[in-house]
Amino acid sequence: MNRFAQLLDSLAYEPSRNNKLRLLADYFRVTPDPERGFALAAMTGALSFAHAKASLIRALIAERTDPVLFAMSYDYVGDLSETVALLWPAPQTERRNIAAPSLSDVVHGLQQADKKELPQLLASWLDDLDETGRWALLKLITGALRIGVSQRLAKTAVAALGGKEPNEIEEVWHGLVPPYLDLFAWVEGREDRPKALDPAPFRTPMLAHALDEADFDKLDPADFSAEWKWDGIRVQACVGTDEEGRRVARLYSRTGEDLSKSFPDLMEMLCEPHFGDATIDGELLVLIERQVQSFSTLQQRLNRKSVSPKLVMQYPAHIRAYDLLAEDGEDLRELSFVDRRARLESFITRLGHPRLDLSPDVPFDSWEALAQARHDPASVGAQDETEAIEGIMLKRRDSIYVPGRPKGLWFKWKRDPFNVDAVLMYAQRGHGRRSSFYSDFTFGVWKGAELVPVGKAYFGFTDAELKELDKYIRNHTRNRFGPVRELDFSTEQGLVLEIAFEGLARSTRHKSGLAMRFPRISRIRWDKPARDADLISTLEGLLEQGLRRSPPKGLGD
Amino acid sequence: MALSDLLTLTPAGLYCAAADVYLDPVRSVPRALITHGHSDHARAGHGAVLATRETLAIMGLRYGAKFCEQQQALAYGESITLNGIEVSFHPAGHVLGSAQIRLRGPSGSVVVSGDYKRAFDPTCAPFELVRCDAFVTEATFGLPVFRHPDAAGEVAKLLRSCAVFPERAHLVGAYSLGKAQRVMKLLRLAGWDRPIWIHGALEKITQFYQDEGIDLGDIRKVSATDRAKLAGEIILCPPGQLADLWSRKFPDPVTAFASGWMRVRARARQRGVELPLVISDHVDWDDLCATIRETGASEIWVTHGAEEAIVHWCETQGLDARPLNILGYGDEDAETVAEDAA
Ligand SMILES: [Zn+2]
Ligand SMILES: [Zn+2]
Repeated sequence: MNRFAQLLDSLAYEPSRNNKLRLLADYFRVTPDPERGFALAAMTGALSFAHAKASLIRALIAERTDPVLFAMSYDYVGDLSETVALLWPAPQTERRNIAAPSLSDVVHGLQQADKKELPQLLASWLDDLDETGRWALLKLITGALRIGVSQRLAKTAVAALGGKEPNEIEEVWHGLVPPYLDLFAWVEGREDRPKALDPAPFRTPMLAHALDEADFDKLDPADFSAEWKWDGIRVQACVGTDEEGRRVARLYSRTGEDLSKSFPDLMEMLCEPHFGDATIDGELLVLIERQVQSFSTLQQRLNRKSVSPKLVMQYPAHIRAYDLLAEDGEDLRELSFVDRRARLESFITRLGHPRLDLSPDVPFDSWEALAQARHDPASVGAQDETEAIEGIMLKRRDSIYVPGRPKGLWFKWKRDPFNVDAVLMYAQRGHGRRSSFYSDFTFGVWKGAELVPVGKAYFGFTDAELKELDKYIRNHTRNRFGPVRELDFSTEQGLVLEIAFEGLARSTRHKSGLAMRFPRISRIRWDKPARDADLISTLEGLLEQGLRRSPPKGLGD
Repeated sequence: MALSDLLTLTPAGLYCAAADVYLDPVRSVPRALITHGHSDHARAGHGAVLATRETLAIMGLRYGAKFCEQQQALAYGESITLNGIEVSFHPAGHVLGSAQIRLRGPSGSVVVSGDYKRAFDPTCAPFELVRCDAFVTEATFGLPVFRHPDAAGEVAKLLRSCAVFPERAHLVGAYSLGKAQRVMKLLRLAGWDRPIWIHGALEKITQFYQDEGIDLGDIRKVSATDRAKLAGEIILCPPGQLADLWSRKFPDPVTAFASGWMRVRARARQRGVELPLVISDHVDWDDLCATIRETGASEIWVTHGAEEAIVHWCETQGLDARPLNILGYGDEDAETVAEDAA
């Protein structure tokens, strides 16, 4: 457990994905079975046991410390698990030679212990672990292990052990159970590939590259199909039949997280007998009276701990399908896009379910025509759904379904973003490699004579611009609050940033009452006086008009 | 005895009226006793200064030879009588030359700890317990969450990171007096035999340690053109440099910080540290409590740090305790800022 805890500790401090991968791969390489398998399970959320409540931990520490000292410590540290880990008194000498529990010991212990035994068991582990070990244990058992490692990253690190592709791990993953002895044996070349037992496995999705408008000269419109890019979340709906004839249905996110529990309305459809065995790739949307709702409405259904029938009624979920990856046990991914699309159309027609429809084809015969469609989706039949359209997806008609982000097959061509000129108000230092730069920027717009913050941007600038911004910030600081600098801004001075963003919603969390989607810096307006930045009323007006965009930029300019 | 017979608190700091001396005064005074060379304790501009030879030398290095009008050195264990008050210096284990100061008068004895630690440190004389009637202690890490682990284990963490990321430079922030040299020595004891690179601000004090016979091996000052070439090397610098323009030229640097504050994750994260090393030159909570008990003192004054918690603890132990809230003492962070400016 101590070694696992050290890994978690390093991961929590390491900002770079690549370096996290190195730390993980190093851990899997040197840690024996079954310890590393349980570690993988802990990081992918595959461990389940009754979690200990914070109240139990408070009770244990209360028996061991002065309440005043505990309160002062908790106040200083700010996190219960960490406070207890640090405060836990050193054990009596007779326990000093007892080996610290391994993660496997902890997992087995938690599965076997009943509620009455838990306090005693936990106390003995806390006695035998070091500070970092105690911290990791408490985070694990309270279900609060957040270390910035995605399932995908952990699996990628396992794949790297034996030079495998992460997708190969995904294909077998849902048939495996902790501590994954068969998985490690296969990756390290000691045994055959484990059987993919899962009848409804997650298949790594195929992703698109952002389209560079210069690409058009090299691409022939006749080679491509176009669809709308919907502003929802990408999902994979999988239904299969296991060896005993039981039907298994799952709804996955694009990273393979199981969303089934959050969408009982969609699961009801997938479980209908005439749905058959199929894997659909599509967009999850909320439809009210057959009309797609905005992303902020869809958010009402995301990240919910419990899903009430009222919520389901109020925000009914829907899948807008764009691909069919498997049908009746047949893997369709080797077929061309056009052939898969034909299979998908007949599947949807046959099923005739109100919660599933086809993402329509966007007709076009030239790139100019497509640019016009992208600018004004209503002109080619999108009517009232314009608001839910983020742009265009272009798919090569002859492309097979390749997991990951292959080059040259699929492209996304987003609609032009909205723009606003805002004034830089606060800057904060970045993390890791960027920790010596001011790279997190809060900007605001005018409300009368006052600036109100409307968003925060972390990217959109080049390295050279980052250096210039950093220098500007160091020379124009009015106040410092810890890592944050407040800049000198007024109608007379201040730096104007042109901010591009994808959408706008009302928000009670921001003082301005507005929240931006994906804001980033599109240009630094060294030339523009602060008093000429935009007004809050401009943003409010945009919201009231339903976010209608400015006239199109032609393809050529 | 009542401690106030020997010491009183004035705006300039602790003052012994009978001997007419201030201890670690925060303003210029005619006569000062100095515990150690950190700039929050040892300031320039006093009249006469009494300190250990090492502390006087360190003050000379930092402030120039004329940092006061008159200097006098007192070795550990020696004593001098000032107007009936016997003054003696005893090792504090904090940094090279650091001392606890004992004042003994007709009514009893008081020990002023300065900063001190009881953990292993091969770069200075180990802490010596001095029994007394009243004890004036620091409490920089005066909360029970501060328990410093074995420093060798923290250095092992640094070496493991060097092994996992051999193509990255490892930048270690460390206070320039004491911490930096202790980390260097611990690296040598752990078998690191490559050159250790240092920022120019560490040069004078490090040279002084070596001149005092503390073997730190091959120490090299980083020049502007070296920085890009130091992949796989360990570079020590004042903590303020970690977030400075200076740090950018190193190859994909891992930023480490050697400090007792690194025990608390939020503190480490606030500074953008990627590799926190819990190495402290102050007593941790357990050693603080143990030392208070072992001195046998019945009256405790707490000069700086988390005074409230240790005063509460003393009360639960039946000891008479009082926070002094002396302004101007702090962790050596303040000093770093001053150094960066210089
Ligand atoms: Zn000090
Ligand atoms: Zn101090």
